[in-house]
Amino acid sequence: MLEEHAKVVQFVSLAGQVTGRKKLQKMVYIAKKMRFPFQEKYQFHIYGPYSEELTLRVEELCNMGFLTEEKEDKGSYVQYRYAVTAEGTSFSTMLGKQHDKLPEVINMMNDRSARFLELVSTLLYFDELTKEEQIEKVHVVKGKLNFTEDELTDAFEFIAQLATVSIQ
Amino acid sequence: MSYATAKLEEEKVFKDPVHRYIHVRDQVIWDLIGTREFQRLRRIKQLGTTYLVFHGAEHSRFNHSLGVYEIVRRMVDDVFKGRPEWDESERLVVLCAALLHDLGHGPFSHAFEHVFDLDHEEFTRHIIMGDTEVNQVLSRVAANFPLKVSNVIAKTYENKQVVSMISSQIDADRMDYLQRDAYYTGVSYGHFDMERILRVMRPREDQVVIKSSGMHAVEDYIMSRYQMYWQVYFHPVSRSAEVILTKILHRAKALSETGYKFLHEPTHFQAFFDKNIELEDYLALDESILLTYFQLWMREADPILSDLSRRFVNRKLFNYVEIDPAKDYQKLRELENLFRKAGIDPQYYLVLDSSSDLPYDFYRPGEEEERLPIHLLMPNDEIRELSRSSDIVDSISGKRRTDHKLYFPEDILLENGKKKTLRKQILEILKG
Repeated sequence: MLEEHAKVVQFVSLAGQVTGRKKLQKMVYIAKKMRFPFQEKYQFHIYGPYSEELTLRVEELCNMGFLTEEKEDKGSYVQYRYAVTAEGTSFSTMLGKQHDKLPEVINMMNDRSARFLELVSTLLYFDELTKEEQIEKVHVVKGKLNFTEDELTDAFEFIAQLATVSIQ
Repeated sequence: MSYATAKLEEEKVFKDPVHRYIHVRDQVIWDLIGTREFQRLRRIKQLGTTYLVFHGAEHSRFNHSLGVYEIVRRMVDDVFKGRPEWDESERLVVLCAALLHDLGHGPFSHAFEHVFDLDHEEFTRHIIMGDTEVNQVLSRVAANFPLKVSNVIAKTYENKQVVSMISSQIDADRMDYLQRDAYYTGVSYGHFDMERILRVMRPREDQVVIKSSGMHAVEDYIMSRYQMYWQVYFHPVSRSAEVILTKILHRAKALSETGYKFLHEPTHFQAFFDKNIELEDYLALDESILLTYFQLWMREADPILSDLSRRFVNRKLFNYVEIDPAKDYQKLRELENLFRKAGIDPQYYLVLDSSSDLPYDFYRPGEEEERLPIHLLMPNDEIRELSRSSDIVDSISGKRRTDHKLYFPEDILLENGKKKTLRKQILEILKG
């Protein structure tokens, strides 16, 4: 019972802290695409793949006192920062040790911006397409974000790096 | 005349209790309805286990899909046609997407998807793009037409206005299921003035907006949705049936993994147990097949599988108590241990189930709130987010309601015999 909740706590714990709801959403999605066993269902929404289940789980974990959510006023918008409490750390021990490669994948993602992870997760959402089709799709569904060629190259390189540490 | 524009010689009508008549003139739509993949939706109930609470709720995804098609048809043919902000060349793609949007749903969708880690949207895509009758019909329109329809349903289509007609906070999908589910369950919630909403819808860039004069009809729609979620969709007894159904499938899967010899080989499930699912395996399953297996599994030697199957078939469901996982987390752990000591496997007989709904949400720039808001078209042509004009909507905007229930078989805990004292102790803890 509550194993999926514990996985999310462990995820944030390994990251230290995660800044932004969007960033957390994309990080879990990317980890899932790298075959780490997260159960949250994702659908394509405004910012790319999004999981209502994950939103709900995080909210519950905050209510349970296992995660903290700090609001930061950025003027035109509010940003949220997530971290694990001492009770949360104890709660997540029910899972035992995490997968060996998970901390490395989380660190790689947490060093990147939410915008970049949005691009990576969108490319991964269309990973059944050819590279050219993936790029075209990004321009169609994310036209207003104007991703540059450099960003796209960086994103493909990042996906290749992730693949070397993903679960095969 | 091309296949895309071909019309039937005479209009076909389906009698429908919600929309009175569903009108079909397009040859493509008529042909899609006749495909085996679309006809399969007759054997998938729209509300899963809800019929065990509201006995009228036996309607299928076939009815609902036709209903969504009819609402979109009325939008494009009666309201949008001729307006400069509407691109008439999108008519057929949006009609097909409306009709096919639920094509990939499996039997008892959510429970089935959860146990076998499947995604009905992915199967919708596979059916539209794969070697199927649906794909043959769509491909006759144009080689890239199946992909266009699939992209609208997946919300990755270029024209966001088209996507929003089927998937937004006020879309044809919701407008049909609220009214249809209210009709078949017999509840008095779920009714709103759809005629009025359709009349005041206006196509705009990337979205469909509502003329401000229709605001009160939209308020009614949002309140209907709120009521239906808590009174029907999250009904605790229906959830109990879904909990048991999920556990039956979990048990059958677990037994298969350990090499258990079933009395009747579960051939229909083998591909799902082996995680090697072809589209044909998926299409071969429907709710009548699942219910047949549940009947067969009642006679299995495994006591958990037979007990859970019997419970579902005979509607001997689990009882429940309200629980707050935040406060009662230690209690849950204690209960799990006590269940084990009492010889009752908590993995199958002690289940935490959560329901949550956000009735309406507005857009907060820069953060991850994924719902596109409903926009009103003001008399001066200004576009204004709904909760800024409606006090009623403002009062529930962004407010998520969640509740948690703990399901358990009270009858087993009340049984006489071994470990009776321990069972009594468990019941006392559960009932607080």
